[in-house]
Amino acid sequence: MALALTEPGCPSGLAPAEEARTRADPAVFVHRDGAHETLELMVKGAKCAGCIRKIEGGLLALPGVSDARLNLSTGRLRIAWATGAVDPHDVTAALAKLGYGAVAFDPEAAKQQVDEEGRKLLRYLAVAGFAAMNIMMFSVPVWSGHGEMGDGTRTLLHWVSALIAIPAALYAAQPFFRSAWAALSARRANMDVPISLAVFLTLGISVFETLQQGEYAYFDGITMLLFFLLIGRYLDHRLREQARTAARDLLALQTLTASRIGADGRITAIAARDIGVGDRLLLAAGDRAPVDGVIEEGASELDRSMLTGETLPQPARAGDAIHAGVINLSQRIVMRATAGVQESSVAELARLIEIGEQGRAAFVRLADKAAQLYVPVVHTLAALTFVGWLFGPALLRWAGLEVADVGARIALMNAVAVLIITCPCALGLAVPAVQIVATGRLFKRGVLVKSGDALERLAQIDVAVFDKTGTLTLGKPRLGSDAPRQTLLAAASLARVSRHPLSRALVEAAGLGAAGKDAREIPGEGIEAGAMRLGRRTFAAPNAPDAEDGAAELWFNDGAYPPVRFAFADALRADAAEAVLALKRRGIAVELISGDRPAAVAAAAREAGIESWVGGAAPADKTARLATLRAQGKKPLMIGDGLNDAAALAAAHASASPGTALEASQAASDIVVQGANLMPLIEAIDIARAARRRALENLRFSALYNLIAAPMAAAGLLTPLIAALAMSGSSLIVTLNALRLQLGGRAWTS
Amino acid sequence: MDIMIFLIPAAVLMGLIGLLAFFWTLRSGQYEDLKGAANRILLDDE
Repeated sequence: MALALTEPGCPSGLAPAEEARTRADPAVFVHRDGAHETLELMVKGAKCAGCIRKIEGGLLALPGVSDARLNLSTGRLRIAWATGAVDPHDVTAALAKLGYGAVAFDPEAAKQQVDEEGRKLLRYLAVAGFAAMNIMMFSVPVWSGHGEMGDGTRTLLHWVSALIAIPAALYAAQPFFRSAWAALSARRANMDVPISLAVFLTLGISVFETLQQGEYAYFDGITMLLFFLLIGRYLDHRLREQARTAARDLLALQTLTASRIGADGRITAIAARDIGVGDRLLLAAGDRAPVDGVIEEGASELDRSMLTGETLPQPARAGDAIHAGVINLSQRIVMRATAGVQESSVAELARLIEIGEQGRAAFVRLADKAAQLYVPVVHTLAALTFVGWLFGPALLRWAGLEVADVGARIALMNAVAVLIITCPCALGLAVPAVQIVATGRLFKRGVLVKSGDALERLAQIDVAVFDKTGTLTLGKPRLGSDAPRQTLLAAASLARVSRHPLSRALVEAAGLGAAGKDAREIPGEGIEAGAMRLGRRTFAAPNAPDAEDGAAELWFNDGAYPPVRFAFADALRADAAEAVLALKRRGIAVELISGDRPAAVAAAAREAGIESWVGGAAPADKTARLATLRAQGKKPLMIGDGLNDAAALAAAHASASPGTALEASQAASDIVVQGANLMPLIEAIDIARAARRRALENLRFSALYNLIAAPMAAAGLLTPLIAALAMSGSSLIVTLNALRLQLGGRAWTS
Repeated sequence: MDIMIFLIPAAVLMGLIGLLAFFWTLRSGQYEDLKGAANRILLDDE
């Protein structure tokens, strides 16, 4: 099947075409490397093989492009061309034509960091796995030839095992050694201390036994142990890396560009971080102000919704202040920067986010809690075993019993057996295995979970605090009043020349059509075409009475008939009421807190079924509310999308934001819900709770396993065969239990 | 049992070859884009 390369959007129909927006100027981020130039873009909406083909094929068709490679897992696209051969704007334009949004990466912020740590862990894992499997090949004959195999053959097989096990174990156990050493230097003990101890003691005692032509050597056990432990370690690392990458990508996307007007009047594109105080910047309609400043020329309307939650645009003219993050809606203006990026109001919010995240660092992860309990118990038990076997017989003789000494060799052997058998394979796998399955399942449902502990925190929440604009609602005004079709079409023909959100809503309601001839926009007032006027009441219909319902409105006057009023409302998301109900059913209280006018907030709360709401709240009020909830011992979940929510998102116990949220808010959130619906959030809570149950089950199972195995080892009943079976068996059970999460609740997936 | 002298090194050697092959796949970045690799087999040109 030949795909039409011109048809926009994902050809598999897996997803609708993303809104093709290209905010930052790509020319700023082109990387020059001698004869070649490369550009890295973050492509939104690529989902399948057809997307790869359309994007790579479409770009290679551009004259001059020598290489285009899309990484479907990360969404990164790398394009190369001979220096000067291609205008980077053509690249983003071509992508937009294909129906994919693309944002240029700041190569400084998103250095193509290869995951070095992950690669190392994989290498350790591979070596441990190789050693474990090959030694098993020599161990199975020893076990099955028990009693029949001659001492010479057995010792030969032990020596071969030792030859593989010693270098492999010393190499593969490095992450544990390093972490244990770091902990010991700080006079603490972590889970890696008993592991490191077990590795050294086991290798030592096994070599000693082999020299003595003894029957038991634990070369197979120790390599297998490292293999299972490294699997757990790698899964955990993957989760953290995923979180780090997501955060880094969002940071890189936040970088804006600006058009600076030089002293000679020439306009150059620069990165936002290069803006200096006093620079004159040009803001076209639709541009976001990169820094704080003052408007010097022109008059326009500003969308401040991301900063304040206010849905109605505010008029602004020369002399007015403009804050970073505000979007210029209608006319091009010139602003003078009064602060650099670091000092602007957005950066202030970023600092608030950091402070909030420090509070969250107090959260102790489930696995760490288990380790805190586990380490002292294991050390004590191993030490007691050694002392017991060494001095026990003497003690018993003193009590009058006829017992022979067993010697330090047996005592040490049994103590090592305790260390091996209690080694936390199952414990190390218990939590990461569950979390990787849970995040994988949520990812398929369009929910990005940024870290494993986010999942743990999400499972605990008991209050959900919603922001209104853009979170509970779609964040876009919708036409709410009826008007004759003819009037609507006439008004829409004027509205088409404007970027004002109300004009756009009107156009959306009217459908396709042509823009009115000689229609021109008067900033802050409306649009005029001949005798027809569309805009605010004082502009279009000065004699009409003021409708006092406080709704956003546009008046249309065609000069002949009485003026018509169009009223707009910010519509709730389709499943907002359903999601609120679902939260309440799960015993989670729901609150609404917004910076918008109280009347609008009350209406939204009523419609969504939320009883407790606050309007007109500043960002600080939101964080204060969350602090109050936390002081009451509650665990609040904050759901928000704007810059004004970012600090609150960071301060909450857990946080979520819709995929339409500003990058800063997504960066501050634990989970990001893609799509226009809120119900995936409920599913995320359900899966987080199920994951917590599975993780606790796993921890309980590991504890039970240790309760049975440790006394056996202490009593000297352990053989290498039993150790191998117990370790692999418990790890397998824990992994299978984690996989149950994948099967559970199939009915949910439609 | 003399055959063991030959079989044991042969077995270990085969394991080592597998290990080295894995290192090579890791080094050449074959795990960088698993989703893309899965989808690229569907493209017939190139």
